[in-house]
Amino acid sequence: MRVQHVPSVLLATVPAGLLLCAWEAYVRVAGVDRVFLPAPTQVLKVTWDSAGLLATHARLTLLEATLGLLLAFVAGCALGAMVGLSPLLRRSVYPLLVVSQTIPMIALAPLLVLWFGFGILPKLLVVALVCFFPLAVSMADGLASAEPDALRLLRSMGASPTQLFFKVRLPGALPYLFSGAKIAVTYAVIGAVFGEWVGAYEGLGILMQTAKNSYRTDIVFAAILVTSLLSVGLFGLVSILERVMLPWHVRGSGTAMDQSPRIQPIIGGRRRAPGDRREIVENV
Amino acid sequence: MASVRGVARASQTPPTEGGVSVRGLSKTYALSGQPLPVLQEITFDVQPGEFVSFVGPSGSGKSTLLNILAGLEEPDRGVVTAGGSARRLGGVAYMPQRDVLLPWRSALENAILGLEVKGVPRHESRQWARELFAVAGLGGFEDSLPSVLSGGMRQRVAFLRTVLTPGSVMLLDEPFGALDALTRSEMHEWLLGLWEHGDVMYNVSTTVVLVTHDVEEALLLSDRVYVLSPRPGRIRLVHEVSLPRPRTPALTTTEEFVRSKAALLAAVRGEGA
Repeated sequence: MRVQHVPSVLLATVPAGLLLCAWEAYVRVAGVDRVFLPAPTQVLKVTWDSAGLLATHARLTLLEATLGLLLAFVAGCALGAMVGLSPLLRRSVYPLLVVSQTIPMIALAPLLVLWFGFGILPKLLVVALVCFFPLAVSMADGLASAEPDALRLLRSMGASPTQLFFKVRLPGALPYLFSGAKIAVTYAVIGAVFGEWVGAYEGLGILMQTAKNSYRTDIVFAAILVTSLLSVGLFGLVSILERVMLPWHVRGSGTAMDQSPRIQPIIGGRRRAPGDRREIVENV
Repeated sequence: MASVRGVARASQTPPTEGGVSVRGLSKTYALSGQPLPVLQEITFDVQPGEFVSFVGPSGSGKSTLLNILAGLEEPDRGVVTAGGSARRLGGVAYMPQRDVLLPWRSALENAILGLEVKGVPRHESRQWARELFAVAGLGGFEDSLPSVLSGGMRQRVAFLRTVLTPGSVMLLDEPFGALDALTRSEMHEWLLGLWEHGDVMYNVSTTVVLVTHDVEEALLLSDRVYVLSPRPGRIRLVHEVSLPRPRTPALTTTEEFVRSKAALLAAVRGEGA
């Protein structure tokens, strides 16, 4: 069986498995105290044993991450659309968006708890603040990179600015938006955990902290595992959504779709990734 | 002149009536501060139902002329009307050189774009487009995405999109310029064949302005050919094409065609003008 024919999921497990084996061997051979570093098998066992506890906390963290993402999506798309459509706003507001990402979250998160209490709101704000940026930037860049020829064609048909937006700009921006969304979802769960870390009643973040304080390092690792799984789950969900919503958009390398000869263009095919202008160059 | 197409036209009720009128058109661009005259004192008329072509060397302002006719640009001087109106945007059917098919729309949905912009009910325009696809040899590809179509097929879809776009004048900007020679001659045959189908293709028999660098293409398709000079573009020669219709690509080897082609090529090169 040649390497290309091995499913990428299988391939990805090889280096990860080797790493875990090395970790397990080190802990067992060196006799490391489980308070200092638990072995992967110990982490798995405690994850299984405390599944109920982890699920309770994970539920809230996932809720915070999802609601925060929603907030980031609305704000990011709105800001991105404004910046992407207006050259004036692009020059005046875009720098502000960039600066907003330079604020250290580690300093801001405790202040948000101070202002809004131990409830869900400061967590939503942390998630939204971390996630809106990739969404806004991808939306702005996607809208701004609409194909000039397509805009001219629609204008010649007498299309209104609204029609130009919904028939050309927005559909063309969606691949960009999905790229931004994939980055955003990987930040979301970490953002929620971080928001909980600085002050909460419930959630994976506060669980990690209390577990750490009571020397239950294995539970800390179990919580990390759940955090990762949530992020991977959200990422997978966005990827599936992308395939369903953008069947026309052939994705980058390494996907099953990419290897299917059925969708290989015959002549003059376009395979567009965000920022890929090759197709235009070919035809000039 | 235009007899066959004229008959096809008379037996139908075209959506809109009208030709093209251009009086004293001039256009100058600014190139790094320096004025760059592109078109100078262009005057011509296209009667409703006529097919005229503009040929000229690169940089003779052919595309600029078509952009102005489409209303995408305004001239610095002169009066331009299409379909009897100075307001051209939305009143003409424009076909750019690249097919500009939207990759997220199926072939059929790309073809009905102009009708959609005009607010024509979806089921109506889809049905109309389906008939055209069958006639145009694209049957079975209605739901295909542009990415799986060959260059020639994409260009056919783009052409049908232009045919379906409501408007009294069709403006074709080197529509087959990006295709290889073989595919291009196939497209000519296909296009000439479409005129036999006046019933569903009535828009093909409307007024057409074609811009091309291919003299043979211009002769084969047009009632009249204008030759533009190098920049700034002026009309250097007007050639009435007397070849009978319906035409076939076989005409290109006849003595009359070869003689006309030689005369036009000489004019394009700037000889004997």
